[in-house]
Amino acid sequence: MGTIARIEVKDGNPVAAVQELCVQLLGDDEIAAVLVPRRLPGTNGTMPALITDPAELRDADPLAPSFRINGARMLARLTRGGTDGGLVAAFLRPCEVRAFVELCKLNQGSMENALIISADCPGAFSNADYPTFAGNGDAAEAETDFLRAEGRGNFNGVEIARACAVCDHPSSAEADLSIGIFGQSPDQGLLLLANTPRGEGFMTRLQLPEVVDDGGRSKALGELVAERSAARDRMFEETSAATSDMNGLSTFLAACVNCYNCRMACPVCYCKECVFLTDVFDHKPWQYISWARQRGSLKMPTDTVFFHITRLAHMSTACVGCGQCSNACPNGVPVMELFRTIAASTQRAFEYEAGRNLNESPPLSVFREREFAEVTGGLE
Amino acid sequence: MEELVVVPQTESRTVPGESFEPAIVAFVCNWCTYTAADLAGTARMVQSPNVRLVRMMCTGMVDPKYVIKALLSGADAVLVSGCHPGDCHYINGNYKARRRIKLLKEILPRFGIDERRLKLTWVGASEGNEFAATVNSFVAEIKELGPIDTRRLPLL
Repeated sequence: MGTIARIEVKDGNPVAAVQELCVQLLGDDEIAAVLVPRRLPGTNGTMPALITDPAELRDADPLAPSFRINGARMLARLTRGGTDGGLVAAFLRPCEVRAFVELCKLNQGSMENALIISADCPGAFSNADYPTFAGNGDAAEAETDFLRAEGRGNFNGVEIARACAVCDHPSSAEADLSIGIFGQSPDQGLLLLANTPRGEGFMTRLQLPEVVDDGGRSKALGELVAERSAARDRMFEETSAATSDMNGLSTFLAACVNCYNCRMACPVCYCKECVFLTDVFDHKPWQYISWARQRGSLKMPTDTVFFHITRLAHMSTACVGCGQCSNACPNGVPVMELFRTIAASTQRAFEYEAGRNLNESPPLSVFREREFAEVTGGLE
Repeated sequence: MEELVVVPQTESRTVPGESFEPAIVAFVCNWCTYTAADLAGTARMVQSPNVRLVRMMCTGMVDPKYVIKALLSGADAVLVSGCHPGDCHYINGNYKARRRIKLLKEILPRFGIDERRLKLTWVGASEGNEFAATVNSFVAEIKELGPIDTRRLPLL
């Protein structure tokens, strides 16, 4: 059997076809449960659900352009330290897969215990915009239109989240199985591609009809990546210009209220207790007065810029650009723009790309005897 | 308790040049550079008085946030100094420090903090003269650069 198969779509409903795939997976002895986005009541989009009863799959919808949280953390919880009862088949977006790879490197989860399935991702709406997208009409039809447009344009007056519009990884090569949507007619059929030996094993067992690669998906993917990479570079330029000095950075972050939601939503900020929530930042009254005296005034709460720069130092090398930081911000601070822009530099500096390869160690967890001589003025 | 006030009270210090006295925070390791600083002191070597030493057990424990905090609080520069490669008391802490400084040198200049305001050096325990020379040349370099912006900004 080859590594590409076709998923037949009946009645123009690709979601039903993917639900059927979930049912088949649950029927496999090796799979203990399926972790899949499931529709919430109303027009609130989807949240991951851990499903063991096939009947509960009726509302599963891994194709909905709703991305309320990064599911990598959920899968980390389900796989950390090993499972006795088989694999968890997890439907993740490409950025969630890459975040999960980063978490596995940090021993927060395990690839061994997961079968990762990732559908091509045209993007998703922010939590604030999703209800507008869903509107009052037929959700299934809106979704198929969205898939067909590969996320381009606006839907009921809203566009996909900025993080998605500048995403250069709309498909996953790290997942065990990929669901091919790009370049297909989603109301007629989708592709299933195996990327790993585990994926191939399951594909054989699913007994789907084999197809020959016509190059349509690669071509569509290439075009989308080119568009989004160009948008990404424009975003980098804008953000760099806006934050080129401390005054600019202060202005950029001015709306921040130190709620630290960005940190909570960040899939790779995995510390159980962030230092910014500890006693270290429980300053004494005399310290505040002293700081105020130094400059004549002190913004309260303090440490806003300090928090963001420190978080950049702590996690930018692991940033996968999922945009959940911006999604979680209650005050519209363009957190994702800042973090992706800086992460591009820090990851380049260490020739690292977050989520690319499970075997590449996080840059700050390793060192070499001779490297970065420029840091110490040419002395090694 | 009194906080170390790094913002000078005299007006003239905002002008780069001879009257500007930089405040430099140095994170030095207990086993090498701190010992070298001690040696430079007891040997009465001439050193600029602009450096405030923070004695760490190892440069490998200098979290990026210490450097960021110092620079945001108005320190004109930060020196991190430890054992020569291969000499770390904890085997490899200085190699880890080098990666962290590399990281900070990627991030801070993006926000207009001159890369020269952060320096990593290796100064062994017996190198008191080397420590004094490092301090003196670093102070001269920062005097040339002038005061850091964060001193006068009503920073958030």
